[in-house]
Amino acid sequence: MDGKTISEKILSAKAGVDVRAGDLVVCRVDCALGTDGSTPMALDYFDAMGGKEVHDPDRLVFALDHYAPAPNAKTAQLHQRMRSFAASHGISLWEAGEGIGHQLIVESGRALPGQLVVGADSHAVTYGALNSFGTGIGSSDLAAIMMCGRMWLRIPQSIKITLTGRLRENVYPKDIALAMIGELGADGAAYQALEFCGTGLESLDLEDRLVLSNLAVEAGGKNGVFPADEKTLSYLQGRTSHSFEPVFPDSGAQYCREVEINLNRLSPQVALPHHVDRVVPLSEAARTPVQMVYLGTCTGGRVQDFHQAHQVLKAGGGVARGVQLVVTPASRTVLETLARDGTLADFISMGAVVVTPGCGSCCGTCGAIPGDGVNVISTANRNFKGRMGNSNSAIYLASPASCAAAAVRGAIADPQEVLSGATR
Amino acid sequence: MTALRIEGRARIFGDGINTDYIITSRRKRESLDPQILRQYLFEEVDPAFASSIQAGDLIVAGKNFGCGSAMEVAVTAVLGAGIRAVIARSFSRTYYRNAINNGLLPVVCDTNQIQGGDQIAIHSTDQQEAGMQVINLSTGAVIVAEALPQIMLDIFESGGLVPYFRRHGDFRL
Repeated sequence: MDGKTISEKILSAKAGVDVRAGDLVVCRVDCALGTDGSTPMALDYFDAMGGKEVHDPDRLVFALDHYAPAPNAKTAQLHQRMRSFAASHGISLWEAGEGIGHQLIVESGRALPGQLVVGADSHAVTYGALNSFGTGIGSSDLAAIMMCGRMWLRIPQSIKITLTGRLRENVYPKDIALAMIGELGADGAAYQALEFCGTGLESLDLEDRLVLSNLAVEAGGKNGVFPADEKTLSYLQGRTSHSFEPVFPDSGAQYCREVEINLNRLSPQVALPHHVDRVVPLSEAARTPVQMVYLGTCTGGRVQDFHQAHQVLKAGGGVARGVQLVVTPASRTVLETLARDGTLADFISMGAVVVTPGCGSCCGTCGAIPGDGVNVISTANRNFKGRMGNSNSAIYLASPASCAAAAVRGAIADPQEVLSGATR
Repeated sequence: MTALRIEGRARIFGDGINTDYIITSRRKRESLDPQILRQYLFEEVDPAFASSIQAGDLIVAGKNFGCGSAMEVAVTAVLGAGIRAVIARSFSRTYYRNAINNGLLPVVCDTNQIQGGDQIAIHSTDQQEAGMQVINLSTGAVIVAEALPQIMLDIFESGGLVPYFRRHGDFRL
């Protein structure tokens, strides 16, 4: 019989049977995340299912991240309910302000090679960077996992994404991801897995890979999984005491499609409003005025993202008049690192609004909301109309460096121009 | 599989209707009650939609229906409005899952032959292999739709994952 993809191998192990793309199975879940956006409904469903004891509280974790801190009494009550349930059932809970659940799953070593790690939030695909099968589920699924520790899954076909070469200076992982989404389309990987491979991986650090895995869902992908290598192991060093088994694809594994991306040839990219797959080279959108710049989210809110943005902002002499710069670290650990190394102080002196670590403005549930007619450029993952809480604003998606260049110029610009001191 | 027949009036949407367009995240912040959320259904793309829903209406859409956030209120708000099925060229996987898990029927087929206001019947026999048919009663067109695999069918026929678990206490496969 033919070889298996990474996804087929992980899910075969979790189902306890040898399965291939198209098979339907029930899998044991290694870890499930519930957020304040999805857990309250899951708790209703758990009660309605007749749930009394949670199946395995060690495999569950809750994050108060979508409403951090709670912007109104209703969401504050949702938080109270989650705190109380977590305490009485022995489930770990990340408080409002600790950060985005996906980032915390990764930082705390809860997503390991070969594991099935799910989150009741679409960006659970992020965990694929660690050679886990990471995918988004709903509140019903979370309730079922609380009942029995398992979930139903259709084994996906896989698209092989081969990365070759190396990124040029001032081109970033977000540019790879946007180019990939532009190529595949917003539904190009629907019901399918993305499996990354190729010599280009050698130059991508774990934080780089998280960006690619995170954005897999914007092409409809069920996951975005990387093989494990030295970088994976070194990231996990000191984060976990659990043993794990890295999973590699078999030779002869079957792929439904193969896409090659040569990193040498990439230039900065931007997704235009209001579709994630409306991707063009940034030069085509250059000089579009922006009034708000958003640095943050589970896509672009990690330490290196802020360092890349900071470098451009420093080189460009700070934020242009008329631009609001909003900074939302993905976690408290990220915030503390930026505070220690001086980056945060620089952002503050440049006039940035610093928002509590969490999902922040990304989905318009708390944080800074753009006004009517405002163009936003953001390190986030979605630019749907109204996504940030106002359907009369427009959202452009780009790398942290490109967002910073726009903050400097007050208009979309290539970060290379700002870094090299080119005049406008 | 028991025979199934759902009939209703087609309400048309295009490609790429994401969950924020179905129900915005900021409405969810105020309430999770489907009877409240139904008042804001599709407000971003068709502000007049919510007030014009008749019980039994069916949503007919293009590709990638329900993309974006995995929030399940995008399914329960539709059910709350009395809509029992969504017919689309394709769904995002999380919407498809959430639909099955709540007893909303997701039907995958070519939707080009359906116009707004057409009277539509979704029909399956008790032969699972025969799959599902979407019949446009206004034009007579018969469209073949994908069949639901067994476990999804079991969950759907139970009325969703909650009644399924109340009955079985675990997955049966």
